[in-house]
Amino acid sequence: MSVPLLQVDGLSVNFRTRSGTVKVLDDVSFSIDKGEILGIVGESGSGKSVLSYALMGLLDDNAQIKADTITFGGIDLNGPASALSAIRGRELSMIFQSPRTALNPIMKVGKQIEDVLRRHGPVSRSNAKAAAIAALARVRIPDPERRYEAYPFELSGGMCQRVMIAMALSCSPSLLIADEPTTGLDVTTQAVVMDLIRDLVRESRMSSILITHDLALAAEYCDRIAVMHAGHMVEIASARTLRSHFAHPYTRGLFAATPTADTELNDLASIPGNLPDLRLDLPPCRFLHRCDRRQADCETAPVPLQAIGTDHSVRCRYPL
Amino acid sequence: MKIVLSLATRIATAVPSLIGVIVVTFLLARALPGDAAVYYAGSSATPESIAQVRKALGLDKPLWFQFGDYASRLAHGDLGTSLSSGQPVLHDLVARLPASMELTLCALLFAMAIGLPLGIAAATRPGKAIDHICRVIVSVGAAFPTFFVALGLVYVFYFRLGIAPEPLGRLNDTYFTVPPTVTGFYLIDTILAGDLAAFDASLAQLVLPSISLGLFALAPIARIARASMLASLSSDFCRTARAMGLSRTRIVYGYALRNAMLPVVNILGMVFSFLLGANVLVEQVFAWPGIGAYAVNAVITSDYAAVQGFVLMMAILYILLNLAVDLAVAAIDPRVRYDG
Amino acid sequence: MADLTTNLHAQSFWRDARHLATENKLTLMAAVILLLFIVLSLLAPWLIPYDPLAVDSTAALKPPSFAHLFGTDALGRDIFSRVIIATRLDIGMAIGAVFLSFVVGTATGAIAGYFGGWTDAIIGRFMDTIMAFPLFVLAMGIVAALGNSVENIVLATAIINLPFYSRFARSEVNIRRDMTFVEAARMGGNRSFRLLAFHIVPNILPTMMVQGSLNLGWAILNAAGLSFIGLGVRPPTPEWGIMVSEGASYIFSGEWWTFVFPGAALVITVFCFNLIGDGLRDMIDPRSRR
Repeated sequence: MSVPLLQVDGLSVNFRTRSGTVKVLDDVSFSIDKGEILGIVGESGSGKSVLSYALMGLLDDNAQIKADTITFGGIDLNGPASALSAIRGRELSMIFQSPRTALNPIMKVGKQIEDVLRRHGPVSRSNAKAAAIAALARVRIPDPERRYEAYPFELSGGMCQRVMIAMALSCSPSLLIADEPTTGLDVTTQAVVMDLIRDLVRESRMSSILITHDLALAAEYCDRIAVMHAGHMVEIASARTLRSHFAHPYTRGLFAATPTADTELNDLASIPGNLPDLRLDLPPCRFLHRCDRRQADCETAPVPLQAIGTDHSVRCRYPL
Repeated sequence: MKIVLSLATRIATAVPSLIGVIVVTFLLARALPGDAAVYYAGSSATPESIAQVRKALGLDKPLWFQFGDYASRLAHGDLGTSLSSGQPVLHDLVARLPASMELTLCALLFAMAIGLPLGIAAATRPGKAIDHICRVIVSVGAAFPTFFVALGLVYVFYFRLGIAPEPLGRLNDTYFTVPPTVTGFYLIDTILAGDLAAFDASLAQLVLPSISLGLFALAPIARIARASMLASLSSDFCRTARAMGLSRTRIVYGYALRNAMLPVVNILGMVFSFLLGANVLVEQVFAWPGIGAYAVNAVITSDYAAVQGFVLMMAILYILLNLAVDLAVAAIDPRVRYDG
Repeated sequence: MADLTTNLHAQSFWRDARHLATENKLTLMAAVILLLFIVLSLLAPWLIPYDPLAVDSTAALKPPSFAHLFGTDALGRDIFSRVIIATRLDIGMAIGAVFLSFVVGTATGAIAGYFGGWTDAIIGRFMDTIMAFPLFVLAMGIVAALGNSVENIVLATAIINLPFYSRFARSEVNIRRDMTFVEAARMGGNRSFRLLAFHIVPNILPTMMVQGSLNLGWAILNAAGLSFIGLGVRPPTPEWGIMVSEGASYIFSGEWWTFVFPGAALVITVFCFNLIGDGLRDMIDPRSRR
């Protein structure tokens, strides 16, 4: 197997707050190959967005980030921030949820794309405009010359997300992180945006991380899926394997809670209990108190993420 | 076209305020304690002369008629005659307006020049020394009465240290020649007249009153600048800009600051209200020959036409300044510009 | 459910209050100083060493000393006694003005927000008209027209503050007008005014009171400013603004104590009111906390 594009080992993030230290991420390890789409799935508060923010260096000052390794395209990012800031927006890019607020409200969208282009390469003013329009055309925005002049408030949510994508891809990054890119969009637009992201990623042999709470969406668009719960990565496998051979009780719960074409509303199960309070001292397995398979030693013995098949790892002492 | 239309609607919104202001100033004059006719007839009045004055002033007519009369006189620029100066009130006010405007603008300039960078610096370095300094200045600045600051500055810089000139008006005319009136602003007129010594002198006269007045406006400007800059910096679009790898300078000044200017410009309406009011107090301390000092004198000598004219003129000035603020907001914010 | 939330609110209120008292020592200090001022002024008749109105031409313009802590003014009156006794008038004027605009503003704002339509339009237009003036200038005009008295200073200060309360109450009531608990009370057969007075207004009172406390400092400045230019309070009544104004004449001869002490009293009081107002706001609205 070749060297992965992104390799993360033992990543932990703590937030220091007025009411104590919140252990938002604990010992998270994963990797992404070139050209691969990885889905990271979990309910709100599972730490999936924090994970992407930590990778992008977007967390506030009160976040403490620790990791054994973070390497991206041969560059060590587990050190001074300057390494990250040299590639951010160029090699490593990100799009966000609620695209309408994620764009500068008082600047023409074309100018915002130009800003990114000019930052990352020696582009003249006239070239920049042409390149920005080309970027808009690439995300299949009709009439890109006219849209160049538009302000975000003049565009629909789906159109704003396309602008975001155009901006993020303007410098042809090798990894695109998409944080809940379809949240806040209507259902038909969601599919259009997701198809667009997949097509563009495939076209330019990029890799992508799709952060979502929607397991079905991840299963449809991703090559591999990582499931997160309360700051732990509890299971990671190829989308196909995960669908048929999920091994973690939490993943089972997620699937049971996900509607498919042939489930009735009544069949949908909810996962009992809530996420644990991450300010407290936590047991090695953070799913413990919601789990129906727990044994006495789950409370004490360490639970590492262990491989149980080719490209299938799970963080559970008693997997399904 | 759309923009022109939205400008027109914006200007039209000032009309009800203008009407309101005219009604209120009319009512204020009618609310005078006692019988206005007795007052205007003077101390040696007889019942006959009072009746005559009442007829002459139209006070025997119904209220709506009096209002119509008042409004039509206003339309002709007639604000009545000042009892103490014997001049038309409008003439007095117009002659004194430039002095007040020059002072107010200098104070605003001072407040913006200090308040904006202070608020921005505090927001970009939260928790650092400059942030604490900003917070202290904001809370202390809001607690100091303008007149007290003015007196304190005069005491220290004129009486104790002798750095500042005597706080008596805009220019000491025993040493300097008052420039011929072009704009009415001494700073400009002295330069136009080529009299640099007089320019220096009038600038020196302006420093202390501008600071006294400006300090009062500095607090709200710095507070809003800091708050809106903080909000702007933690906004989604600044997060996007960081994710796209834009430089910190570009994010702070190109993205955050421009957005943060909207609340700052909006608060300027309130700041003008402060400044025009506090102007009266500062002019009093520095014997500044502006309309504020004129009004204080008018209030004390019960020169009602002058007070009424002063309140009206200030209100109209304030409406115009608010209009300017609206236009500035529209210039910054496309959402306002197109929505109308 | 409603019980639970109110209970939670109450709990968090006391936790916040304790938190403020311990963490935000500044607010606590301001409250203590202010309380001290008020107690001093209430006990003033028994505490102050001199009659604040007593003229003594032999002791005119004496600098601060043990006999006269803050010195004496041009008429030989003891400035310390005058500053202490003036606290009542200054704070009294401010509280009176804020109370008036609080009551009238809440009432008009609540009615405008609840009934909407023409009522709202008329009240709104009225408030807009007040806001169309530079506020201190309008206050000057009102005092000049109604007559030069303390009552009219209070009234003028109340009038220029009115729009803030009214608009605030209006928007708060507007938000709550269609909320479930109001709907429930309406189904229970409550008449509009009853509903407004007993169900909606009590809900907006805490935030309104924070507005009021933030406003007190400004009201004092306003009243003192008016008396500084010779409106309202007449000599020889001791009041900080007028004392500063009387002291101003002696600035050129260096008798600084004539205006510094009353001015400092003014500054400290306003500062304390502002700090308390900020503290209360932080307590009600934790988002503004930094």
